[in-house]
This record gives sequence, C-alpha cells and structure tokens, in this order.
Amino acid sequence: MLAAETGWFLEHAYLIPVVPAVAFALIIFFGKRMPMKGSEIGVASMVTSLVLAAGTAYQWIERVDFFSPAGDNASALGGFGRAFRLNAEGATFVQPVINKIVWWQSGGMEFGLGQHIDGLAVMALLLVALISTLVQIYSLEYLRGDRRYTHFFAALTLFSAGMLAMVLAENMVQLILGWEIMGLCSFMLIGHWWEDAANSRSALKAFFTVRVGDIGLLVGTGVVFFAASAYATRHGSNGFSIQSINEWALSGTGSHTVLLWGSVALFIAAIGKSAQFPLHTWLPDAMAGPTPVSSLLHSSTMVVAGVFLVARLYPLFHTGLDINVAGQHFNLIAVIGGITIIIAAALAFVQNDIKKVLAYSTVSQLGYMMMGLGVGAWTPAMFHLFTHAFFKCCLFLCAGSVSHSGSHHSFDMKKDMGGLARKMPITTTCWILSTAALCGVPYFSGFFSKDEIIDNARNNNYQVFFVVGLVGAFMTTAYMTRATYLIFFGKARGAAAGGHAETLATADAHDSHARVPAMANAASDSHDAHDAHDAHAGPHESPVLITGPLVVLASLAVVAGYINAPVWPFHTERFAEWVANSSGVAFPILDHAQFEWVNAVPSIMLVLGGFVVSLFVCRSIYGEARSPLRGITTRVAPLRWVHTFLVNKYYLDALYENVIVRGLVGPIANGAYWVNQNVLDRIVNQAGIGARKTGGWVYRNIDQRVVDGAVNGSGAVTRGSGTALRPVQSGKVNQYGALLFGAAAIGALVLVIVNT
Amino acid sequence: MLAAQVLVAQNIAFGLIAAMMIVGAIRVVSSNNVVHAALWLVLVLAGAAAQYLLVYAEFVAVTQVLVYVGAVMVLFLFGVMLTRARIGKENDLNNNNWAVGIPVAVVLFAAMSLALITGYRADKLPGPSAAVKVDTRLISDSIFGPYLLPFWALSFVLLVAVIGAIVLARKD
Amino acid sequence: MLINQFLLLGAVLFCIGVYGVIARKNAVMVLMSIELILNAVNLNLLAFAMNMNGEGSADGHVFALYVLAIAAAEVGVGLGLVLLIYRNKRSISLDELSEMKG
Repeated sequence: MLAAETGWFLEHAYLIPVVPAVAFALIIFFGKRMPMKGSEIGVASMVTSLVLAAGTAYQWIERVDFFSPAGDNASALGGFGRAFRLNAEGATFVQPVINKIVWWQSGGMEFGLGQHIDGLAVMALLLVALISTLVQIYSLEYLRGDRRYTHFFAALTLFSAGMLAMVLAENMVQLILGWEIMGLCSFMLIGHWWEDAANSRSALKAFFTVRVGDIGLLVGTGVVFFAASAYATRHGSNGFSIQSINEWALSGTGSHTVLLWGSVALFIAAIGKSAQFPLHTWLPDAMAGPTPVSSLLHSSTMVVAGVFLVARLYPLFHTGLDINVAGQHFNLIAVIGGITIIIAAALAFVQNDIKKVLAYSTVSQLGYMMMGLGVGAWTPAMFHLFTHAFFKCCLFLCAGSVSHSGSHHSFDMKKDMGGLARKMPITTTCWILSTAALCGVPYFSGFFSKDEIIDNARNNNYQVFFVVGLVGAFMTTAYMTRATYLIFFGKARGAAAGGHAETLATADAHDSHARVPAMANAASDSHDAHDAHDAHAGPHESPVLITGPLVVLASLAVVAGYINAPVWPFHTERFAEWVANSSGVAFPILDHAQFEWVNAVPSIMLVLGGFVVSLFVCRSIYGEARSPLRGITTRVAPLRWVHTFLVNKYYLDALYENVIVRGLVGPIANGAYWVNQNVLDRIVNQAGIGARKTGGWVYRNIDQRVVDGAVNGSGAVTRGSGTALRPVQSGKVNQYGALLFGAAAIGALVLVIVNT
Repeated sequence: MLAAQVLVAQNIAFGLIAAMMIVGAIRVVSSNNVVHAALWLVLVLAGAAAQYLLVYAEFVAVTQVLVYVGAVMVLFLFGVMLTRARIGKENDLNNNNWAVGIPVAVVLFAAMSLALITGYRADKLPGPSAAVKVDTRLISDSIFGPYLLPFWALSFVLLVAVIGAIVLARKD
Repeated sequence: MLINQFLLLGAVLFCIGVYGVIARKNAVMVLMSIELILNAVNLNLLAFAMNMNGEGSADGHVFALYVLAIAAAEVGVGLGLVLLIYRNKRSISLDELSEMKG
C-alpha cells in the first residue's frame, strides 16, 4: 500500500476518547442491568478504542513515510537532525494532524476541543488503549464477585477516556480537563474498598498530594497563556494552544524569566502527578487500591502523565531551564529525576509488600524518564515510557495473579510467598521476563530504553546523572532479584504453603477485606467455589483471563524494544523516526548519542553485579538459617540505622503530616485565635475603656462646671452605642441587609466624593 | 440641539410613567396590605416595561410583561395565599428598622445621583433616527453566539432552581 | 431624552427597594423589594444599551434578559424557602427568624 498523507483514522482520532466516555455513561446508567454487570461495555469500548488507536498509529506511520524522502535516512538516523517548520531549511517536517472545534467562547476568547495528533500522541494513545484493554480483561476475573463491580468498570472506563483525551489534547484547557478526570478516577479507584479506613485515607492522601502539584499546573498554564498569547494571536491561535506554546517557546520572543517560571510551575504539576521526589509519598500508599488499578493507573499510564506533560511542552522546558546549554551540568528536571531514582530504589529494598516494591520501582523508573528529559534525551525518555508501561504493568498483574491464586489475597512476600515457581509456571515466566526487561538485561526492551537514557546523559555532558543512572540500574537489579527470590524461590511460607487461614487475619492482606461475595449470581458462586478449591489445593495457576493479559504483556516487554534497537543485528531506530521526529514542534537539534557496545558495558556489568550480589545476600538472609548475614540489619548499628531510616521512608510522611500540616494549620489556627483574643478583644475592650474614659473626662471636666444632665447624656451615649452594636449579631435578616447596604452606601459616597 | 430632536411626546410619557412607578414603588414598601403591595408592584413592573419600550428594547419589554407581570406576580400571589397572610390590613408589616432604612436609602441615592449628575450631566440618548435598532434577531445572535456560555450557566441555574424549589416546598 | 433621566429613575427605584429590604418584616415583601432592585438594574442596563447602540450590539439587552431569568429563579427558590419557613414556624415574620443569632 502506498504511503498516504492522511487518512480516516488520523482525522478522526478524537473518537478514541469519545468511545470510552460514552461507554462510561452507559455503564453508569445501564451497567447493573446488563448480564455481565456492565463490564462487557467497558471491555468493548476499550477494544474499539484500541482498534481506532491502532488504525491511527498505522496511518501515522504511513504519514511519516510519506513525508520522509527515500534518501533521507542518514539524517533520520541522526534522531533530531531533520528540520522543522520554524528552522526549516529545505528539510521536511511531519505536520501534526490538528482538528478542533470551538468548545465555548467568552468575550472573543475561543476555547477549543480537539486533537493534536503527532508521534507522541499516537504512541501514548496506542499504549493507553492497549493497556486499558488488557487490564479490563484481567479485571473480569480478578474482581469477580466484588460488591462494586459495575462502578469499578465505570471508573476504569472513565479513567481511560480522561487519559486518552489528555494525550491528544489540542490545548492546555483540554489537557487540564483530562488531567483532572484522571485525578478523580485515581481517587475513586484507590478508595474502591473504602469501608477500610486505611484505603480511604490512602485515597485522600493521593488526591491531596497530587493536588498540591496541580496548583502548579494552573499557575503554569496561566503564566504561559498570558506570555504566549500575543505571539499566538498573531499566528491565528491563542495562548492555550499547545502547538502555539511550543512555537512561541522556540521563537525566542518570550522573556526568559517568564519561560523559566512557567516551566518551573508546570514541572511542579509533573512532580505531583508523576510522584517525583518531594511528592512521591502518595504512590506507594495508592497501592491500597485493587491490583488492576495499581497496574493501570499507578504504574503504566496515569503516573506518566507528568512525564508526558514535560515531553509535550518540551520546547518550553528546554528553553526555560536551559537544558543542553553548553557548560550546564545540573538542571531542575534532571536533579529531581536523579534524586527520585536513588531514594525510591533504596526504599524498595525494605518493603515486604510486593506491590510496594513495585510502587517504589515505578517511582524510580519515572525518575529515569524525568532525568532523561532533563538531560535532553527526549527520545530515550519517551521510549522508556513506552517500554516501561509494558513490563511494569505486567509485573503488577503478576503480583495480582500471585495474590489471587498463590497466596490467598496476601501481598506479603516474607510471610505468604516463596517457592511459587513450580506452582505457577506461567506467572513466574512472565514475571521473570518482565524483571529482565526492567533491569535492562541486554536484548530485553528495558535495555534499549534505559541504557539509552544513561548513555545520553554521558553524551550530553551530564556526568553526575550518568553515575546516578548507573547506580540506579545496579539498585534496580538488586531489589528486583530480592523480590523475585522471595516470591518464587526458596521455601514456601504461610499461604503459599497452603496455610492461609491465619493470614486472612493479618492487616497486610488488603485485598481480602472488602471482598464480600454477596451477590447471588453465577459469578460469586464461582468465586466461592474457587475459594473452596483454594483451600484444598493450595497455590495453583491463575485462570486464563488472568494469564492471557500476562502473556501478552510479557511478550511485549520482550519485543517492544526492537522497534528502536540500534544494536547488532537489528540496527533500527524506527521509534525515533516515528515518534521523536514528528512531535509537531520545532525541536532544536539535540545531540543524540550513537550506540556503542563500549558505552553499554558499565551498565551491563552493574546489572550483572547487582544480580549476583543480591542473589547471594538473599540466599544468605532468607534461605540459610545459619548465615552470618542473617539478622544483620538488627545487629550492626549503622545498618540498623539505615534500615530504620528506610523503613520510615526517610521520615517524609512524618515531615509532611507532623511538621508541615500541623506546623501550618496549627499556627494559622493559633494565629487566628490569638488575633481574636488579643486584637479584637482588645479593640472592644479599649473601645469600652475609651468610652468610659470619655465618660470620666466628661464627668470631671464638664459635670463639675455645667450640668448633671450632661453626665447622664454621656452615660446614655455609652449605653446607646453598646445597644446599637449589640444587634449587629442579632441573626435578623433585615438588620444584616441594613448593614450591608449601609456600608455600601457609605463606601459609594466616599468613592463619589473622592472622584469628583 | 435641533428642536426636532427634542422628543416632546416621549419626554412627557417618560415623566408620567416615572412618576407612576415611583409612587407605586413607595406604596410597595409602605403598604400595610400584602395583596395591595403586590398589586402596586404590578404597576411598577408594567411601568418598567413601558420604559423599556421608550429605550427601544421591545423584546425585553415583552419578556418583562410575560415573565414578571405574568408569571412572577402569580407566584407572589400564590406565596401570599399559601402563607395565609391576612387579606386585609396588617399592622406589623414593618419592623423598627425603618429608622435605619430611610437614612441608608437616602445616602445611597445621594451618592448615586451625585455620581450620575456629575458623570453624565445632560448627555442625550441618540434619537430614533440615529439609533441602530436592536432587533430580536440580533439579540438571539448574541445569546447563541458570544454569550453562549453564560446562557448555559443560566440554564443550569434555572434547572437547579426548579429542582431546589421542589425539594424545598415538598411536603414529606 | 437624557440618559440621566433613566439612570436617576433606576437609582430611585433601587433606593426604594433597599429601604424595603431593610424595613419590611414580611418575607414575601422583602422578596418584592428585591424585585424592585433587579428592575432598577435592568432599567440601567437598557439605558446604557441605547446609549451605546451606535455600535450595533445587543449586549445590554442580552444581560437584561439574563437578569430577568435569574430573577425568576430567585423568586421561585425564595418563595419555596418562605413556604418552608411558614410550615415550620407558622409565621413568615423575619423578626422571628433569629436562630443565627451570635
């Protein structure tokens, strides 16, 4: 088929979020009456979206091929070598497909609603649609018999609609809309089992923490809008349009200060949403939600929204933070990303909850993406976003599978797992493949993305972050080895050994709490049967609705890397061509590291080292009874301190709750109380004293000389003013009205007199 | 100023209607009979509709008659009836805030009239020849064009008001 | 016609309405006074609209209509409240509603 410039799917990409949005309404209104409680609508809508997204991706690739001249491959391999609209010097530029309608207008400002389809959007659309589909299929089985089954699917579908609407947003208003829908769904889904106070507290924590960052989004959008609107209006748009913002940022007409503060404000939003260093604390707690939620929202899609935002408005950040300017060794994005990589990876070592390990791993990998963007490695960062979604989603689903069929709804690695490799072969294989991809074992997808980020940090002269990336890779391998060892190898413990009765009582078994199979239907019957079966047979492999998505994701985790594998024997950089080059913005020419094995050696060595060291330590600590390493964290003081420090999550939660929340709210309340007690009361008292003194003065000076009646008069004035002020708090509407209008009248009179 | 542009008939009409409205408004706030007050209010609202005609706002004038003189007044009379106000005289319709109310109203009026008189002095409204007629089509184009968002918001407010009124007045 | 004659008429009606809001005891009467205030505002809007309609815009008319609609909603909710108060207190005297007394 000949390459075409555009096509039906490209022009109608806006349908991708519309389908799940409609499905959401259908589920809410009719879901409970459907034979499968609304889940079939959700799955069907996601499959439709996936088909549309696949068509869009196909036609986008055709469009890229259409615009790229046959002999231009040399510059295409250069990554960012091709020129764009603004710095166009005879080279081609793949225009994004922008369609929009006027959503509403006010005072001549038009707010559009539309699609901005370019490589980045297409990649994210395909990713979100695919993972949403798989997770919904997985949830069919995983949540079977749940009391809020219908609402769960409604919220998942609404989330997909919000995320899809955000990634193809044509302007910032639409982006904020999708962003907020995601936040709402995140809140609803984390608190899905809200009867448990811990779950609803986690939901609130996630919501409020992200909200802190969202202030940055609003402020940043406002700053950028006012700064860019003059430029944008000249080009027939307004300051909300993403394309205009990017062009404005690159045009060099904006003040650098505005660019700096605009990008800092927007980056704060990204910190909140993508759980970066100071605000990362919400993500591990968000694991209180059902496992499919963790795998969809809190590992692969929603949490990358912050990274996506930075990538989407990259020219703004690039110019605002002077990324890649010669001689720059640090910038805000890279520093935050780098800190996040290390601290989150360190925390992953002390977690016993399998989902928490994965949560900190997610935070750490998001740090890699941020660091990649910070050091100017746009393509590798996006590629890491792409591959990470597959293997991290797969890991979470494996965790869910383990708890569903292996450990009887417990997530505690130390108590209830171990030795599951033989019982659950498919889950184990998928887990190990995904872990290999996450650690960056050569020829797995994580190798092609993560090592590219590390390599580019070196290439772009950010030596510190090169080291940080390497240390992170070592730590990643080590904690993943620990988790893998604890879950699948060694001796079976607790529920994994068949004795699940006592584990039901432990507080760690989140998923067991609210699972009330009360609905009298076939689904809950089968769940009951499944439970009974569980009690007899112990751990076993999960049913096909669970293993199916696992296998798909694990295969993708292995092969997804090959669309951008610059190594022997593939030498392809198709991802860079399809996504990076066509982002619809005039990227400055970024220096892009050429892959060489020499540069990959340190990270491969470190991955291997991490594996070996961690395996040795794990075997000694968890395997052998008489190892000198056993209990080392309680015996050796410095190690114990570090362990306590990590277990308490660097005391950041304590800092936020005790110091900041109480420290801010307390003083404000105390201050208000103090003002009330000291200032207001004193004013009233002084007024009384003043009146009394006035009375006294009048008494002394006038009474002695004039008449007694004057004294009575001043007394009457005091009492009269008292009685006149007392009814101010009468509770009577008329009097409040009188005060209101009286004050307005006096104010108006003052204004009129001043102005004339 | 040309003599032809002094619109004698309209000025006379304005004066008559204005006097009627002011008298009516004073009776609304001073009458001791709720039903009488409501009827005086009809007079004021109808007078306002007539004033709208004088400023060439025919559509608004007609709407005023339909909505206010028709619907809102009926609502008021129902309200009076359902709360079983005495149809005859009541002596306690005013509270003792009138002593505050009169000075506030006078001060407010002084401030406004001062501002208006110094601000607009004797500025004339454009005569009927110079005025561009605002016809119904232009109004609808504005409502459904640049002011669509307020219109939506307004529709929502009305919906909420309808539901709210039902919820409030429901007997349960 | 002077623009001021309309504006001053509006001011008079507004002040009478304000007096009514302050001085009336009966809740229905207070609502009627509020109607006076809203009408005064509308009169101003339309007078200004005519003053500026050399520009051929209908902005003043549009907002006058919006004010009308809001007023209708306000009367509906207001009377609903009055009915509720009457049902609970057997009286609509605002003087007796002082639960908010501080």
